[in-house]
Amino acid sequence: MTRDALYAEILAALSEIAPEADVASLRGDLPLRDQLDLDSMDFLNFLVAVHQRTAVEIPESDYGRLATLDALVAYVGARAAKDRAQE
Amino acid sequence: MPSLGADMDRGKILEWRKRPGDEIARGEIVVLVDTDKAEIEVESFVAGVLESILVAVGETVPVGTPIARIRTAERAARAGPPARTELPAGPEPATRAAEPAKPPPPLAPTAPRPRPSPGRPHATPLARRVAEELGVDLGGVSGTGPDGAITREDVQAAAAKGRATPSGPVAPAGAPPARDRAATMRSAIAAAMERSNREIPHYFLETRISLGPALAWLATLNAARPIAERVLPAALFVKAVAVAARAVPELNGFWRDGAFVPADTVHVGLIVSLRQGGLLAPALRDTAEKTVPQLMSELRDVVARARAGKLRSSEVSGATISLTNLGDQGAERVFGVIMPPQVGLVGFGRVREEPLASGGLLGVGPVVDATLTGDHRASDGHVGGRFLAALARALAAPEHL
Repeated sequence: MTRDALYAEILAALSEIAPEADVASLRGDLPLRDQLDLDSMDFLNFLVAVHQRTAVEIPESDYGRLATLDALVAYVGARAAKDRAQE
Repeated sequence: MPSLGADMDRGKILEWRKRPGDEIARGEIVVLVDTDKAEIEVESFVAGVLESILVAVGETVPVGTPIARIRTAERAARAGPPARTELPAGPEPATRAAEPAKPPPPLAPTAPRPRPSPGRPHATPLARRVAEELGVDLGGVSGTGPDGAITREDVQAAAAKGRATPSGPVAPAGAPPARDRAATMRSAIAAAMERSNREIPHYFLETRISLGPALAWLATLNAARPIAERVLPAALFVKAVAVAARAVPELNGFWRDGAFVPADTVHVGLIVSLRQGGLLAPALRDTAEKTVPQLMSELRDVVARARAGKLRSSEVSGATISLTNLGDQGAERVFGVIMPPQVGLVGFGRVREEPLASGGLLGVGPVVDATLTGDHRASDGHVGGRFLAALARALAAPEHL
């Protein structure tokens, strides 16, 4: 999956959680939860949706590194590449 | 029309899920009702056969109005005359529809019918509706119906003579409010909070709880679980509140008719903020009996449905104590407003790292500020202090939760 395709997939997951939000206008370099007012339940549901769409496992200990969309896309991209290398 | 939350005074029938003649199991969904805050699926509290529907789709009636009759199963099994129960009587007085040709139906077998409260005139639902339409204050009308109930004729006579005082602008009965959901939600919250602050002398307590052991326990639990089954601190807070409420029953129950009535089980009501604004307070039933992962899955389910505006009647009523949890983005502490008729509300602020003194040493660790708002009519600060101590003990030993 290209970075753009992955970004689109993650935005689609976000739309499931915050259907009223204009996800296309979000800044990738700013903390996501501040921009969308996501609480911890929303954020967990968002990561569940990302997992369902990308099959990438995200351990809880890594949540802290996933504050921005850019960081999340880079993280999921790297994990997906690592999973493929192991296959 | 059941009371689906303290802030509801009327409801609109959206859809009957059962037809006259249908069998109904206890707990089965019978009707979909629109309160000002959400669409609620109303479950039957008895088993039986739906005998008749008294309020049609699209009609709005006050809480306490009978909306259907159910012939209960145990009475039907006997040879005697069929017992009827009006669905559902709810905590408000159930005024009976005017049906002069019929003998008065037997009372609901499940619960004694409450007497009309002194603050509310005894009137038929039809009379109430006509009074609303005509702007007649029922308090100024004398009743000529059975038991002195105010009838439609009484209201019309009062309006014609012009001796009833106008009751101000009211929403036309039977018609949906023109305002959108956000506005009706706001006014429902306003009414409930006004009532709470007018009637309840609140007292406030606060304690800081170290969450080191609780969060370490959660991290271990979650490391072994797939992402969709991971547990948030909120589920731990819900369980801890239930355990503390069981230990200090003076805060678990209701203030009714000038006295505290303890509840025999703990249903923690969870204050859920909606993304589009406003609040709902669904209850997690029998909270103290459930495991933390079980509560987490119920929490996810109920929060998702609350946010979609789809809750069941058993969830929106019956909470015995409430919990507000600002989550990890919110303020450091919250002093809530009690949801009547409950007598206690627990607040959790944001979990954060703070310097902590322990055993003569200074360290840094996760803490949360837990608060208790109590109804001073029902309990005193000493009881509240015991509650917060029980809460802290519960969170210090999460493996026992």
